Amino acid sequence: MVVREKILDLVISCFKRHGAKGMDTPAFELKETLTEKYGEDSGLMYDLKDQGGELLSLRYDLTVPFARYLAMNKVKKMKRYHVGKVWRRESPTIVQGRYREFCQCDFDIAGQFDPMIPDAECLKIMCEILSGLQLGDFLIKVNDRRIVDGMFAVCGVPESKFRAICSSIDKLDKMAWKDVRHEMVVKKGLAPEVADRIGDYVQCHGGVSLVEQMFQDPRLSQNKQALEGLGDLKLLFEYLTLFGIADKISFDLSLARGLDYYTGVIYEAVLLQTPTQAGEEPLNVGSVAAGGRYDGLVGMFDPKGHKVPCVGLSIGVERIFYIVEQRMKTKGEKVRTTETQVFVATPQKNFLQERLKLIAELWDSGIKAEMLYKNNPKLLTQLHYCESTGIPLVVIIGEQELKEGVIKIRSVASREEVAIKRENFVAEIQKRLSES
Amino acid sequence: MAERAALEELVKLQGERVRGLKQQKASAELIEEEVAKLLKLKAQLGPDESKQKFVLKTPKGTRDYSPRQMAVREKVFDVIIRCFKRHGAEVIDTPVFELKETLMGKYGEDSKLIYDLKDQGGELLSLRYDLTVPFARYLAMNKLTNIKRYHIAKVYRRDNPAMTRGRYREFYQCDFDIAGNFDPMIPDAECLKIMCEILSSLQIGDFLVKVNDRRILDGMFAICGVSDSKFRTICSSVDKLDKVTTQVSWEEVKNEMVGEKGLAPEVADRIGDYVQQHGGVSLVEQLLQDPKLSQNKQALEGLGDLKLLFEYLTLFGIDDKISFDLSLARGLDYYTGVIYEAVLLQTPAQAGEEPLGVGSVAAGGRYDGLVGMFDPKGRKVPCVGLSIGVERIFSIVEQRLEALEEKIRTTETQVLVASAQKKLLEERLKLVSELWDAGIKAELLYKKNPKLLNQLQYCEEAGIPLVAIIGEQELKDGVIKLRSVTSREEVDVRREDLVEEIKRRTGQPLCIC
Repeated sequence: MVVREKILDLVISCFKRHGAKGMDTPAFELKETLTEKYGEDSGLMYDLKDQGGELLSLRYDLTVPFARYLAMNKVKKMKRYHVGKVWRRESPTIVQGRYREFCQCDFDIAGQFDPMIPDAECLKIMCEILSGLQLGDFLIKVNDRRIVDGMFAVCGVPESKFRAICSSIDKLDKMAWKDVRHEMVVKKGLAPEVADRIGDYVQCHGGVSLVEQMFQDPRLSQNKQALEGLGDLKLLFEYLTLFGIADKISFDLSLARGLDYYTGVIYEAVLLQTPTQAGEEPLNVGSVAAGGRYDGLVGMFDPKGHKVPCVGLSIGVERIFYIVEQRMKTKGEKVRTTETQVFVATPQKNFLQERLKLIAELWDSGIKAEMLYKNNPKLLTQLHYCESTGIPLVVIIGEQELKEGVIKIRSVASREEVAIKRENFVAEIQKRLSES
Repeated sequence: MAERAALEELVKLQGERVRGLKQQKASAELIEEEVAKLLKLKAQLGPDESKQKFVLKTPKGTRDYSPRQMAVREKVFDVIIRCFKRHGAEVIDTPVFELKETLMGKYGEDSKLIYDLKDQGGELLSLRYDLTVPFARYLAMNKLTNIKRYHIAKVYRRDNPAMTRGRYREFYQCDFDIAGNFDPMIPDAECLKIMCEILSSLQIGDFLVKVNDRRILDGMFAICGVSDSKFRTICSSVDKLDKVTTQVSWEEVKNEMVGEKGLAPEVADRIGDYVQQHGGVSLVEQLLQDPKLSQNKQALEGLGDLKLLFEYLTLFGIDDKISFDLSLARGLDYYTGVIYEAVLLQTPAQAGEEPLGVGSVAAGGRYDGLVGMFDPKGRKVPCVGLSIGVERIFSIVEQRLEALEEKIRTTETQVLVASAQKKLLEERLKLVSELWDAGIKAELLYKKNPKLLNQLQYCEEAGIPLVAIIGEQELKDGVIKLRSVTSREEVDVRREDLVEEIKRRTGQPLCIC
């Protein structure tokens, strides 16, 4: 949990640094709100039992609830983050960090703005977070739904097969081209020459020069949709360069992304395995963050169909938790599970009352303190407790100290002890804590 | 079409019937029967393609948290979590749903308020009703014998929601519990100390913590002549006496016990003599001398523990906030020892207001038998804990902030990067990126050529304190104009010094540690 908290803290501070407002929605929505928003994945929702009231389902992601919120409250512009759990009845593969209940960290910008600036900020945020988490090198693949659709059109894919071919292309990060080609031709009935034409494109990836190249492509430049997408990507790369992150971005024509509601730029971040990690289990957890532009979703909720353009990203924190925990295990790193600063102890019997008074003084001064719930604990047991939980300081009260009107302060690490006058001991502790 | 309309009418009527029965608190079997009829009717109705009416709402009894409410929530959680951590608690989390069998039989009469998940071919699941039963399950499952933990999360109850009074179907609980076999009453005293620290820090007004003990209650019932079988139901009647929100008098409670629950009037009177008493440790002493109560072993145990508790509470400096109140009963079945409840006291100044600030805001107690219900060998792990009722606190804090006219900021942005002229988007993008990379909270408008006035207005609305203005002349001179939004004072800062200057003004440390 401590690892989780640190990671979520880092993600949330990045969102706040970019001026996002927090929001929250209920764990379940009316079933009708969620129905027909997720395409192929709709069968994976958790439904609540019909107990005579409204039909409900657990939310599948944080994006559809966001669109519902915008439409419901007639909000036209909003920059928000939402950290919360979502639920999917997938086949869980816990080894790769894929659960049925998992946390998502979403950041979205809703509103009509000048093109590509918010989109560029989303990518900047992804880079800041992934760098900040120190997970190693990463790459963000970028593409555009209109380029994908345009590419399919010029290659000869029949419109009815668009989504199906899309989900095959999406597997290129896990499967080799020839296997993907096989799936498209044999399982999805695509003509082989169409598949080959697609192959020429989807195996391309590069920087802004590839965007320029595609502009010149004889087939693609005939397609209006593709040209729009390429134009936006060109502008995006300009902004990403000004943001200093262009070197982390790759225009990748094989990026397709499952969800139906994307309408423009789409992106996905993957970790690159470094040579030093070669000895480790190949943690092929897939992408750790993703997102894109979805201009039509809010309009599906608005009674008059009013559109609110949106762009956003989602950080796959569960996979990140898993990676960080694995790394800590291999390094044998120990992490404290409490933040206690001072332990109140006694070497003799019948000092419970004194300990209770002392600890109340510490708590009332805002100092994090603990004591054992024993009337007469042994000193050794108390010191051992400090060592095993990582508490740095001990205050000791005993017969001698009581007579002399002092408290002994002991450093657990150095074992050095010093006697401080009773009336000064809180101030002394505060001084030591602020110095460390 | 007419057939469909007739069917829809039947569904509507049956739905009303079910709601009516629930309001009248009819028997569970009758309700179930009528619900089954309703479901059958609905099934006949089937999917309706003609109806494109789209209902934009959150489910009944639930709500979204707007940015403003999130800001209030964050403030409140900060205070609470800081207190839990100050007392050395670890944090855990559990899934939102549990196996249905885990939750069954743990909540007594309230079990019918549990949300079930649909049987979709896997395990039968239910949404958690509180954080205590999942905690007990966690302890038994991991064979833990001692832990001090806090858990902040939402729980779910299919209750009758009263959103204006802060009663929802989905709501947050903040729980702190100490599990383990320890010397008596020390952890119990710490729980009360925590409740007092939190309620004081939140500055929501004066409060009182009522304390009682399950054994004293049971002992009292026994010597008054209540039959064992009536214990729980008489308990819930007595509990109503204590609820300030419903303002129930002893007469009304007595009528319920005698008239509805079949208690003999003289037994009710005897109970009345006890439950109308409350006081400090002197009341404990008094009752230890009570001729009837002192004959009851259970009651004596409870009184003895309360005496010890009061000693510790005095050493903790909070005895003036605690009241031993014999009318405190508390619903849940699983309490075995001390029980407590914190209520806010209405101050004279608030007399004219909606009594929102009144009522219970925290509660808890000792529950030594719960973990044993999960352990295969029935091994017990004694537990004591508390739960803060934050939903009501959110409303109170929000009201207080409004009354003080304190603006609740929904973002933490420190600087807006603005431009004074057109064609400066590139410069703004570069500058804002520098600020982000230095850990400064900054924004810019998503417009290529925004007007300066609009940018300044944006700052005022959002409460952003500083503006970094890029202008053509300043660019040539290598400076940025740094403007304070409130004072409107501007000063030119060299580009390379800007980050440091902003950090100095916003009180941020120079390195991002």
